[in-house]
Amino acid sequence: MKWAWLVVVALLLALPAVLSSYAISVFILIFFYAFLGQTWNIVGGYAGQLSLGHAAFVGIGAYTAAILARDAGLTPWAGMFVGGALAALLGAVIGYLGFRFGLRGFYFALLTVAFAEIARIVTANVETTGGALGLYITFTGDPRGFQFASNRPHYYIALAFMLLATGVTAWIERHRFGVYLAAIREDEGASEVLGVNSFKYKMLAIVVSAFITGMGGTFYAFYYLSLQPNTVFGIPLSVEIVIRAIVGGAGTLLGPILGSFLLTPLAELSRAYFSRGGWTGVHLIAYGALLIGVVLFLPQGLYPYFRRLLAWRSRS
Amino acid sequence: MDLTLVGQGLLNGILFGGVYSLMAVGLSLIFGVMRVVNFAHGDMMVWGMYVALVLAERAGIDPYLSFVICAALIFLLGALVQRTLVQQIVEAPHAMQILLMLGVALVLENVALVIFGPDPQRVQSPLTMATLWFGPFFVDMARLATFGVAILLTALLYLFLFRTMLGKMIRAAADNNYGALVIGTDVNRVYVVAFGIGAACVGAAGALVSAFLPFQPASGLSASITSFNIVIIGGMGSLIGAFFGGLIVSIAESMGAVFLSPSLKEIVSFSLLILILLFRPAGLFGRRMT
Amino acid sequence: MAAFLEVEGLSKHFGGLHAVKDLAFTVREGEIVAIIGPNGAGKTTAFGLISGFLVPDAGQVRFRGRSIVGRRPHEVCALGIARTFQIVRPFPGLTVLRNVTVGALARHPHLRTAEARARAVLEEMGLAAKSDRPAGGLTLAERKRLELARALATEPVLLLLDEVMAGLNATETERFLDLIRAINRRGVTILLIEHVMRAVMSLSGRIIVLNYGERIAEGPPATVANDPHVIEAYLGEDYAGAAQS
Repeated sequence: MKWAWLVVVALLLALPAVLSSYAISVFILIFFYAFLGQTWNIVGGYAGQLSLGHAAFVGIGAYTAAILARDAGLTPWAGMFVGGALAALLGAVIGYLGFRFGLRGFYFALLTVAFAEIARIVTANVETTGGALGLYITFTGDPRGFQFASNRPHYYIALAFMLLATGVTAWIERHRFGVYLAAIREDEGASEVLGVNSFKYKMLAIVVSAFITGMGGTFYAFYYLSLQPNTVFGIPLSVEIVIRAIVGGAGTLLGPILGSFLLTPLAELSRAYFSRGGWTGVHLIAYGALLIGVVLFLPQGLYPYFRRLLAWRSRS
Repeated sequence: MDLTLVGQGLLNGILFGGVYSLMAVGLSLIFGVMRVVNFAHGDMMVWGMYVALVLAERAGIDPYLSFVICAALIFLLGALVQRTLVQQIVEAPHAMQILLMLGVALVLENVALVIFGPDPQRVQSPLTMATLWFGPFFVDMARLATFGVAILLTALLYLFLFRTMLGKMIRAAADNNYGALVIGTDVNRVYVVAFGIGAACVGAAGALVSAFLPFQPASGLSASITSFNIVIIGGMGSLIGAFFGGLIVSIAESMGAVFLSPSLKEIVSFSLLILILLFRPAGLFGRRMT
Repeated sequence: MAAFLEVEGLSKHFGGLHAVKDLAFTVREGEIVAIIGPNGAGKTTAFGLISGFLVPDAGQVRFRGRSIVGRRPHEVCALGIARTFQIVRPFPGLTVLRNVTVGALARHPHLRTAEARARAVLEEMGLAAKSDRPAGGLTLAERKRLELARALATEPVLLLLDEVMAGLNATETERFLDLIRAINRRGVTILLIEHVMRAVMSLSGRIIVLNYGERIAEGPPATVANDPHVIEAYLGEDYAGAAQS
């Protein structure tokens, strides 16, 4: 199975040579949202703690790197880690408040939403961040400023992010950390009796997830070159993150990747097709219908079918 | 600090609290009976607003009259959603319920977007023009009427739940689901009615604010979150909690607007939410949930 | 002989109900002690207090001389105390092997080693054939064995068993009795809550009887069976007078 991974990665590395600029941009989105879904997967899928406010970590990473670049001249390559660290700090706060006080399910989800919304409102009302109008990054095309003349480097960076998140998740899956998270997800009380410090592992999960997500926020900022509080902290982004992991299969390694490869092109195509006729939002109707469908008919997402398909293929 | 401003803020907070209460009572009813969190609550409210808009523009009916029709139509919407979708996941883990309702919310919001477009709308009503003065304080008729009708509807709901057979069955199912089944309650029917009523409450609330609050499809999600805030602060599953929670949150936000700034007022309610989640998760009036 | 487990003046109430009142007993290393009593006597509450699930309102719990009151369940496990639940709680979505591996990881942080240990335990419990099945699909008897296997994988020195025999047929009960005796012979002290009298009588060296949260009798099986207080607790006053001495 290992060689299959290498073949796929090699393929993805070679792809930009034959793709148009537009197609490359779609792949960038596929990789980036797969990356976000994968980092969410650690908390939401493996640990089973539904976070609906993950956009907060993206936003913090994005704004931090952008502001540090603008005001302190710090290259985003370093600012990325500062952004990640701040996001991890927020993750620790949310985790501490949520887990120390035993919030589960809906209550925890609402806590994450509350923090994301507070972050959004504060950012929209503070001068340093540009307030409600947002923050704009001047285009320089300078690689030291995390900017490039074409979008090809972004392709490779997005791919790297996706592989990083997947690598981290794979490591977690294969070590005690991952087994403990699964136990916590299945039955937290029973896991405690078997020696699992559930508070510690849930905290680790959210902090790791937040850190990596925050790093990704920097990519977001310097790819789009503009940040608006409503877009980057908003619930729609959190939904985009969650839905890929859920549709692909939360708690599985390939789930978010599958989900993104399916949903992102769909979203882009429908966005391109329908906005010509002024029908923005149709792809979101499809998202909604898909969420409903997955919950009712495929609660484990697409991954089990994908695995069965692979097993069938390898047998024949 | 200008006391008039504070007083005016207090007054506005109380008046708008009627609507918040109505929204929260609807959500609390649904949760109390089915233990389902209606993430599409706010979007149903927005649909109530759009129905009021259509009725006003096409049929010339004032929203302070058409709210009855809005309530009825959104009742049907809620009943339909319950019967076809929610019914399937009543026993499912919380995460699945949330995601399902989120899906419904997305569909509702974006169908509205496609049909009505993204621009903020408001419904015309002569009541928005009239203003009453009480000393240094003013009240516009629209908000006063909204408050009055909201309180009236809440009172009617109370009567329904405590004085009618069906209402009592709903309360019984909320209190003790298994027991209600044992005594032969048609729980499915109770669920449909309860969800429908919850939706009707919020649909009516939507119609009632459509005259003075600009709305757009995206308002749905934030209305949902506001409803959750209120219900958690007031107490999940407690109708009294929802009622007073609505007043408390509205006044808190109003004070936030006066003392901090209008755009920061939501921070007040979110901070309150976090405090309640941490220190009194059952809410101010709620019972401890197992 | 130093007490292995010491409970002193233990009390816990829920609202107005005193689930456990001034409870005191000791368990010596290597013993098999049974706690019995009518429903609602406070037995499971006592287990919860010992294993860290509940915080007592008053009293002490000492393990090997050190107080463990207020320790979280995972800390109690690390100290060498394992417990099973009255209503079994397998991890339904995980395989049988994974279930037990979770327990084994408590002593062997390295996943490979833990899995090997888990396999050994499953072998001993007769569940090796079901290793790759999801735990949710097992029969009740198998789930009980899984629960025991999981607890054993944490390599405890004191095992708290909460009604493991409930719902088992005669053959399965025999099998469990043998298992428990074998575990005890290996040096694991056992404290068990049981309603199945056959198990209690044949396994325990000593029995503690609870009623309304208090200890009402204690001693070897024969003594306890004839204690009028015990008879009264189970059968009512009328029968107490009929106790044979």
